[in-house]
Amino acid sequence: MSENIGIKDIISEENLVYSKTKLMTDKTLSYCPGCGHGTAHRITMEIVEELGIQADTVGVAPVGCSVLAYEFMNVDMQQAAHGRAPAVATALKRLMPEKYIFTYQGDGDLAAIGTAETIHACNRGENFTIIFVNNGIYGMTGGQMAPTTLPGMKSSTSPFGRDVELMGNPLKITELIAQLPGTHYVTRQAVHTPGNVRKAKKAIRKAFENQTLNKGISFVEIVSNCNSGWKMTPLDANKWMVDNMFPFYPLGDIKVDGEIVNK
Amino acid sequence: MTEIKLMKGNEAVAEAAILAGADGYFGYPITPQSEVLEYFMIEKPHERTGMVILQAESEVAAINMVYGGAAAGKKVMTSSSSPGVSLKQEGLSYIAGAELPCLIVNVQRGGPGLGTIQPSQSDYFQSVKGGGHGDYKLIVLAPSSVQEMADFVSLGFDLAFKYRNPVMILSDGVIGQMMEKVEFKPQQKRLTEEEIMKKCPWATTGKTPDRERNIITSLELVSEKQELHNIKLQKKYKKMIDTEVLFEKFDCDDAEYLIVAFGSSARICSKAVKTLRENGVKVGLLRPITLFPFPTEEINKLADQVKGILSVEMNAGQMVEDIRLAVNGKVKVEHFGRMGGVIAMPNEVVEALNNKLIGG
Repeated sequence: MSENIGIKDIISEENLVYSKTKLMTDKTLSYCPGCGHGTAHRITMEIVEELGIQADTVGVAPVGCSVLAYEFMNVDMQQAAHGRAPAVATALKRLMPEKYIFTYQGDGDLAAIGTAETIHACNRGENFTIIFVNNGIYGMTGGQMAPTTLPGMKSSTSPFGRDVELMGNPLKITELIAQLPGTHYVTRQAVHTPGNVRKAKKAIRKAFENQTLNKGISFVEIVSNCNSGWKMTPLDANKWMVDNMFPFYPLGDIKVDGEIVNK
Repeated sequence: MTEIKLMKGNEAVAEAAILAGADGYFGYPITPQSEVLEYFMIEKPHERTGMVILQAESEVAAINMVYGGAAAGKKVMTSSSSPGVSLKQEGLSYIAGAELPCLIVNVQRGGPGLGTIQPSQSDYFQSVKGGGHGDYKLIVLAPSSVQEMADFVSLGFDLAFKYRNPVMILSDGVIGQMMEKVEFKPQQKRLTEEEIMKKCPWATTGKTPDRERNIITSLELVSEKQELHNIKLQKKYKKMIDTEVLFEKFDCDDAEYLIVAFGSSARICSKAVKTLRENGVKVGLLRPITLFPFPTEEINKLADQVKGILSVEMNAGQMVEDIRLAVNGKVKVEHFGRMGGVIAMPNEVVEALNNKLIGG
């Protein structure tokens, strides 16, 4: 039997169990091999495809590694200045309330230079989706300390490890914004295993679907690795993430339907 | 017949924006222009036309809201005063880089720093020379009356969309705060989404099957491509210089001396010109309406006719540099200005012209 099956049979429509979403372009990703951004991009675009909202979706790209997100996501997109994506998205949603608006931001963008824009857009209860990829380091700029860098974690600007006395505490921005009355759904996910990818995708779907409810911001943090910045192999980086990032940034829902989830 | 109203300059800006069919205003209160946002909140344009009004958390957020709205092809604007406009420069650089239309109103006050809340014209350099990082220009309109505050809103939007470029109304605390009669143009309709998609095919309104995705960005990592983008921008600015210069001339035909002044300074100078003429001094006044593009050619022509030029500004001498470039050494060009929110008196201008040009 096996000799009769060729490549054409394998790729024929009825035999396909998975294919790349048309909402990702064919352009080669600019991310380092092993980085979580590619997966986070893909599941975001899969949700836009599954919901059939490509013509009604506008994304806002940040500054940092994902500055070129608009090259890979096949939807209309705007590239915002450092940290300003929530302000840009605020106007987009207010002026086009029927559209699905999302920002895609990293930790430097969202939790350092854009803290004000993040907190105020969330507190106003703007009705869009924020996808926040947290890898605890400035990737594109060359591995400097981020607001989310863990205590003791090395970076090019904390070369002997983050000394909280000298450099201050890591900022748990997601827990912070969950306290704000304007946020409707706040969750923390990861994309390092197939199971986690499925959970993260489900969270992003919920975040987009929530826009139809007009009840406030949906905020999906994705804790990710940065093997280049962390100077580890992808496998070691994922292990380090599980052992060190997850205890500090525990996965799971923080706020659902406007209510804090008590664990 | 159109109704004539008595209004503050700041209020006239807000009313004109509603009537111009603007889609959105995003601002942050700062003296002496807070009446713009206050007027919007009283007038409820959301009910009148569907216009979106939002008080942002900062000037930085406000200009980035303008960026987002402009990228969607909407008619959007902000207003502020000098320290606030400094904060908006980041956003303005991005908007100019991404080639988006928008309107920004600067009701200037004295600086540097927190300075004063009194009027000034010391943001001239910041407005006409770029302001933020990178090589870019705004079209800068300088009103000298409440009527022009209103008129320049629709003119500003038209120019912004014609060139896909930010336009600034460079006003000051005098024009913003004073009350004058003003006549408004009839209500224009806001564009529907279909009309926007037709008029602005570049806008991010959602990717439809009939076109490629639209991307609004000011990023180009390949130097040669970034240079090409800059060359394209410079060509656009050259076209503005060739076609959009606006100015007014008073008593220039037989003038032996010329005063150049914009905005509220021009009003003070018109009184000074009257006094000087009464004393037998043949003086003319040129009032640039567009500060970029600057009336370089006209000033150069007048330099062949006059013995000297006085630039009168409420600053330490900023526009005088552009006049000197225009004149290119043909005649003496001097500056007179008061700073820190002090408004010059017409007799001080008379004295300055006598001392610096006639006597000097």
